[in-house]
Amino acid sequence: MSVDLGLSPDQESIAELFDGFFSNEAPPAVARAAEPLGFDRDLWNKVIELGAPGMGSAPENGGGGASLGDLVVVAETVGRSIAPVPLVDHLAALSVLTDADLVSGEAIAAVAVRPADGNGLWSLVPTGAVADVVIGVDGDETVVVRSTPPMSGPRNHGSMPIADRSAREGTRTVLGSASLFDTVLDRWKLLTAAALVGIADAAKELGVAYVKEREQFGVPVGSFQAVQHGLADLPVAIDGGRLLTHKAAWALDNVTDGLLDWANNDITDGPALATMALLFAADAAVMATDRSLHYHGGYGFAEEYDIQMYYRRARGWSLILNDPTTVSLSLADRLFGSVEG
Amino acid sequence: MDFSLSPEVVEFRDEIRSIVREFVTPEIADRMHTTGVFDAPELNLELGRRGILERACPGLGKGDPIEMYVMFNELEKAGAPYDGLAVALMIAAVVNKLGTDEQKERIIPSIISGEALVCMGYSEADFGSDVASIKTRAVKDGDEWVINGSKMWTTLAQVAEWLILLTRTDLDLPKHKGLTMFILPMSTPGITVEPVHTLGTEITNATWYDDVRVGDEAVLGGENNGWRTMTTVLAFERGVMGGTNAGVPLLRHFHEWAEANGVFDEPTTRERMARSVIDMQVATLLTMRSAWIAASGGMPGLEGSMTKVFAVEAYQRASRWTQATAGPAGLLQFHEEGAAGEGFVEYDARHSPVMSIYGGTTEINRNNIAERHLGLPKSR
Ligand SMILES: Cc1cc2nc3c(=O)[nH]c(=O)nc-3n(C[C@H](O)[C@H](O)[C@H](O)COP(=O)(O)OP(=O)(O)OC[C@H]3O[C@@H](n4cnc5c(N)ncnc54)[C@H](O)[C@@H]3O)c2cc1C
Repeated sequence: MSVDLGLSPDQESIAELFDGFFSNEAPPAVARAAEPLGFDRDLWNKVIELGAPGMGSAPENGGGGASLGDLVVVAETVGRSIAPVPLVDHLAALSVLTDADLVSGEAIAAVAVRPADGNGLWSLVPTGAVADVVIGVDGDETVVVRSTPPMSGPRNHGSMPIADRSAREGTRTVLGSASLFDTVLDRWKLLTAAALVGIADAAKELGVAYVKEREQFGVPVGSFQAVQHGLADLPVAIDGGRLLTHKAAWALDNVTDGLLDWANNDITDGPALATMALLFAADAAVMATDRSLHYHGGYGFAEEYDIQMYYRRARGWSLILNDPTTVSLSLADRLFGSVEG
Repeated sequence: MDFSLSPEVVEFRDEIRSIVREFVTPEIADRMHTTGVFDAPELNLELGRRGILERACPGLGKGDPIEMYVMFNELEKAGAPYDGLAVALMIAAVVNKLGTDEQKERIIPSIISGEALVCMGYSEADFGSDVASIKTRAVKDGDEWVINGSKMWTTLAQVAEWLILLTRTDLDLPKHKGLTMFILPMSTPGITVEPVHTLGTEITNATWYDDVRVGDEAVLGGENNGWRTMTTVLAFERGVMGGTNAGVPLLRHFHEWAEANGVFDEPTTRERMARSVIDMQVATLLTMRSAWIAASGGMPGLEGSMTKVFAVEAYQRASRWTQATAGPAGLLQFHEEGAAGEGFVEYDARHSPVMSIYGGTTEINRNNIAERHLGLPKSR
């Protein structure tokens, strides 16, 4: 036990494997072709062959027993490639689901990130358009519902397979109290944060590569200081987001009764850190895609260029839980105690 | 990744915390704001007496960068005046690395005992960011060097025992090559110190050098090797000697006031506060990363630039919103009735601007990141 802020050799291999897999099997053209639904069944089948859907599940359930830190590494590669597969949501749902067809990936699981309304409707569930199983909160219970996916949903900014799903129709299992869902949501926030770090990282790379190539006034536009300084903030936000995400993973995996001592900047509470990571990584992804798109000039606005796909997903993935103010206020309650009355 | 401190470092941290509790009193904070000297001799002496300065100094004792990070982070979070200590330790490390045996024996003990401070004379009135162009001259005269010129922003010169001074020794060499660093007692004849008052209460100085005579014993790191000595100083600082978590005490002071005044239930306040807590956490993680790189044998120069750019702006954001949220109470100074955060909200709004200026401005750091991390062409 002592400070070690590098990836483990295993994690280095995982990153290499998945980055390689996605750049071969899912270059941006694949994400583009899967729009507007945002799901590619063939690609998901290849993800199954990799054994990725059950990576984080316990070995006794047929899973890979990977740590949350490992899953964070995988989620970041999903973000970097914007691959149209619901791996992040699926891995989050499998923090408590153990069905064999979910562990194998044959069936897809989604997380209803907001509780059902009075009529038992989960609105705009990420991956809801394609998931066979949805886990979420209905009333004061955590429930799992197996039903036929609609395979379509509202067209949306991030080209995400979102859809409304019923918490009552289908094969319904009550897992326990609503608080049981906290584990799932913490993991969802964590892995979504990691994916957003990946988006930010890819957007930075696209921007830097473009400004080195593009010339105006006889020189690369990347030699202009205004452009350089706008890009220089990006690796800072990306590294900060990556460290915070890994700290959240470490805390969720290793710390019980973590500290919430914000007044001394001593925070080891996993759930708080997961929310912090999501908020920070969302800002990083939004900033990175904003700036990268801007430094592409008019071409950044053209559909033909890839940066616009990252731009839309940076917003899509970060807003699907809720608006950042609501998320920040839930964090405030955890850090400072909730407001009385 | 592992974010836990080893049991040994936890013990070290707890010792620092207990010293902080005893020595960083409201009176000490008061004194720094009335004297303009950001240093607490009694704290330095206690850290020296317990062997902590020697232990934390790179190259001496344990020299564990993680411990150095922990020490300065604890001091900074507590609002302790640690600026003097940070400079002194950094210079002790440089003397240890580049100095002669005679220099080490003469200089280092006075620093690691917590008795002597060091001031740094690099910047001049006309050369700040472009510090390699400085004009203060050192000319050989027999066995002696004769130094003439002036420096600006020589912080702590009014209390320091030692001065580390960047001079030009060769006019014919390219600007980075003709520099020599000296380390000399502030009591050397020919040095004049004039105070420069600042927005942030701290009193820094302009210093003049008129026929200041020293021998070769004052040359640090070799003739015309001054730039290497400069970069060694910066390498030891590594962005882990404070300056990255200044918002933490501010948030604490603000929160106390906001709770007492019913402002803390406002959603806007809570949202901003939560955001600043995230910023402070990220700033400390980036700092910890530099320490970890150094502990693993690397040179976190670039990471230090990255940390500073982020941490400084995070502090400035916190300062801006806390003062705005406090409204008129955010205008009141120390000891005025009703002052938000006992005056710290107002004070931090005056102090925070300097953080993106000294020790390399934010623009210089962004240049570094753009060129060395992103590989962009030299800017125009
Ligand atoms: C309170 C205080 C304490 C200090 N203590 C010390 C000390 O103890 N010892 C010491 O030697 N120095 C000290 N300094 C000096 C400090 O290091 C310099 O102020 C700093 O390096 C900036 O130099 P400058 O003030 O000359 O600003 P300038 O270099 O004139 O910069 C002016 C502006 O131009 C920008 N700029 C300059 N060059 C570039 C560029 N290439 N690209 C883009 N923008 C650029 C800067 O970022 C800045 O915004 C202190 C300063 C202050 C304010």
